[in-house]
Amino acid sequence: MAVDTLKVTIDRGADAGARSTFDVPAYGNQTVLDVVSWVQQNADPTLSYRFACRVGMCGSCAMMVNGVPRWTCRTHISKVVEDGAVAIGPLRNLPVIKDLAVDMDPFFDKWVAAEGVHHGTATRDDPIAPVDEGSAARVEANAGIECINCSVCYAACDTVAGNPDYLGPAPLLRAWTLLNDAKDEGRRAILEAVSGKGGCHNCHSMGSCTAYCPNELDPMSAIAGLKRETARAALPWGRR
Amino acid sequence: MSVAAYRNRAHPLWIAYLVHRLSGLFLALFLPFHFWVLALAASDPGRLDGFLAFTEYGIVKVAEFGLVFGLAVHMFGGLRLLALEWLPWSAPQKTLAAGAAALSFGIAGTFLIQAV
Repeated sequence: MAVDTLKVTIDRGADAGARSTFDVPAYGNQTVLDVVSWVQQNADPTLSYRFACRVGMCGSCAMMVNGVPRWTCRTHISKVVEDGAVAIGPLRNLPVIKDLAVDMDPFFDKWVAAEGVHHGTATRDDPIAPVDEGSAARVEANAGIECINCSVCYAACDTVAGNPDYLGPAPLLRAWTLLNDAKDEGRRAILEAVSGKGGCHNCHSMGSCTAYCPNELDPMSAIAGLKRETARAALPWGRR
Repeated sequence: MSVAAYRNRAHPLWIAYLVHRLSGLFLALFLPFHFWVLALAASDPGRLDGFLAFTEYGIVKVAEFGLVFGLAVHMFGGLRLLALEWLPWSAPQKTLAAGAAALSFGIAGTFLIQAV
């Protein structure tokens, strides 16, 4: 890396506007999470942030990095640093608890509100339902199931920013994968949930969810799928 | 808000959204004026001729270019959105379709210019 020291600006407190700046030693293969951890361990132990797995699986370390939502454990600082400086803030569109830690409850509540839960009918005594891996519906479902609930898409979405009732990209993506899941029997409940006031038809297809998903999923296309299915279900001959 | 607060919008899909919205707003503001001028043909033909004389000015011709561009960009933005939301296509299919449509309109547009 060209610089020896990084100038790191971090949002502080629960209110917008308060910031602290730190000089952090730079080294090779350093992630944004490494930088935040260095600050907390060496400069200011009162800094609050959240992480767990450090390998891009748990979805807990997402933050705004230079205005863009990113998974910080898998983002090299060399990719985001500008003139030796980087600005780190809490995820957008969620209430800040303190510093870089946000309250994820509204995000997870919307997963439930979008019927992003398993709707099973079989019991343990029933045979395991066969899944045809090659079917079109399964291909659609498989394309979206690797979501790690990191809320990067939710923070990137301007529709969420403008309409707090909007369910948001990740919850609607999960609704879409369940709609295409042969083992899920919640079709009617899902279509009902995603066609309401905060549902899929709020989406303006700005595509920030798809542009920033760290797992390269495509919530925008999943939401378009929900728009088609809810429209079809509204037609007298489209119900099933 | 600082410039960094808008950084997450710097990608093609968001810019396409912005262009579609702004061109739509511009056309919505222009259309009442357009209809009013057209209505002059019935109510006050002399005044309409006065307006039409303006079209000889270079600046008005540039404005007309802007108008046609606004219409075209709004129409293609709308077609893009319809295809994006209503056709369950894969990404390569969409790229091919957009390329084919752009090429067709390029050829047809060139033909029209030659004809005029």
